[in-house]
Amino acid sequence: MFDVQKIRKDFPILGREVNGKPLVYLDNAATSQTPQQVIDVIVDYYQNYNANIHRGVHALSQEATDKYEQARVKIQKHFNAAKPHEIIFTSGTTHSINIVANGFSSFIKKDDEILVSAMEHHSNIVPWQMLCERTGAVLKVIPMNQEGELLMDVYYKLLSDKTKLIFCNHISNALGTINPIEEIIEKAHHVGAAVLIDGAQAAPHLVADVQELDVDFYTVSAHKVCGPTGQGMLYGKEEWLNKLPPYQGGGEMIAEVTFEKTTYADLPHKFEAGTPNICGGIAFGAAIEYMNAIGFDAIAEYEHELLEYATKKLLEIKGLKIYGTAKNKTSVISFNIEGVHPYDIGSILDKLGIAVRTGHHCAQPIMDFYKIPGTVRASFSFYNTKNEVDILVDGVVRAMKMLL
Amino acid sequence: MQIQEIQDEIVDEFSMFEDWMQRYEYMIELGKTLPLIDEQYKTDDNIIKGCQSKVWVHAELVDDKLVFTADSDAIITKGIIAILIRSFSNQRPADIIEANTDFIDKIGLKEHLSPTRANGLVSMIKQLKLYAVAYQTQLN
Repeated sequence: MFDVQKIRKDFPILGREVNGKPLVYLDNAATSQTPQQVIDVIVDYYQNYNANIHRGVHALSQEATDKYEQARVKIQKHFNAAKPHEIIFTSGTTHSINIVANGFSSFIKKDDEILVSAMEHHSNIVPWQMLCERTGAVLKVIPMNQEGELLMDVYYKLLSDKTKLIFCNHISNALGTINPIEEIIEKAHHVGAAVLIDGAQAAPHLVADVQELDVDFYTVSAHKVCGPTGQGMLYGKEEWLNKLPPYQGGGEMIAEVTFEKTTYADLPHKFEAGTPNICGGIAFGAAIEYMNAIGFDAIAEYEHELLEYATKKLLEIKGLKIYGTAKNKTSVISFNIEGVHPYDIGSILDKLGIAVRTGHHCAQPIMDFYKIPGTVRASFSFYNTKNEVDILVDGVVRAMKMLL
Repeated sequence: MQIQEIQDEIVDEFSMFEDWMQRYEYMIELGKTLPLIDEQYKTDDNIIKGCQSKVWVHAELVDDKLVFTADSDAIITKGIIAILIRSFSNQRPADIIEANTDFIDKIGLKEHLSPTRANGLVSMIKQLKLYAVAYQTQLN
């Protein structure tokens, strides 16, 4: 039974005050909070079995290695990857995307085409621009409509035998749109193109089954799913990961080194050069476990209820406009008040203990599309409440009184 | 008036308010008194980097004193730049370079001083001082 008050007790930070007011944390799309269960795992690691992994003969190293690899398996099972070594531990989504972008330099040639969606985060635009600069490939954009939905008919027309790669987020961080990735992947494969789906914003809200999706690459950051920062994963199909060259050289990723030649280690170590964020990987696994214990169906249902309630309440405010009104969206609301800069609203909400994000959300092309400097973004998690929505709405009204 | 005297005066004015809301409201009021930048200077070159909202600043040497004008597309930011300009405008570049900005803390805007703060109060102070340095070089 989903009990939000009980869940909130798992998150010590939700009990604190900001500027003398109880914290109302509505910046979950930027980073999620960490439950005690995950904090305990982090503490346990440093108190009891901190050691370097994969190379020590001693007990601690063995224990740490076991826990780290168990975490990989937990994550593999969660995303239903065929094999544990298809899960590469990374420092986060940006790192994951860069591994693929860098690796594809070897396969992409001049005039090949790469497609990105119009609603990408900068981390999923810049690496491909860099790839295009290196290779002479062409970057093309899948446009969107005013509601923030991709124009799929244009996408179909952009696809050709020149298309080598498609990059798209599963869910837009600025708009909350859930993109029709099943269709995107299927059509891309018809022309032989590979697909990377950035799942950073999707992972906290739904479970992606990478085999069912038949996706080539899928990326996630741990800190969006109640895990620690500096940790994430790259899922890649085994055949792709074997084809891609390593991203960084160093320890862990080698099989044999002489000054003449180095042979690379097998997956996943080929992409995990150096000592990884061992504790981060283990805590990532614990975070996924925590969310599964609550249940993603229950989370989705509750968050949808919050989204509908918040949307209705916010729209009652005169002059408030919501950006991103896709039929299929998650609990993210980007909005502006007519005649008010989003930054002003955000500053006053902060004074009221309400944490929202303001600005372009690392998605400037979206702001250019709507011809706005930015938005106020409230993003809700399963531990937020309707009462917090009411506090937000009151805060916005209060800010408007001061600013208009 | 000297920079220090103006700053003391601002601190005095803000000390009358009991809570942040009154202070913000006053800051918004001060924003309305900001000497506005001439439209021709509202160019990308004059935008202060590091601010989430846009802030344009222009500086002009009148006799041996520096006169600032500015504008912003956000109201709170406009108030902040208005406070800074009130303390720095019509002053000799050398004095602006030397001036400290502790008064920001005293008027309860400390949170805006954090370098991570997206409104970039730190960038604003830096930019005003850079103008002073540039004009001081010219005067020498």
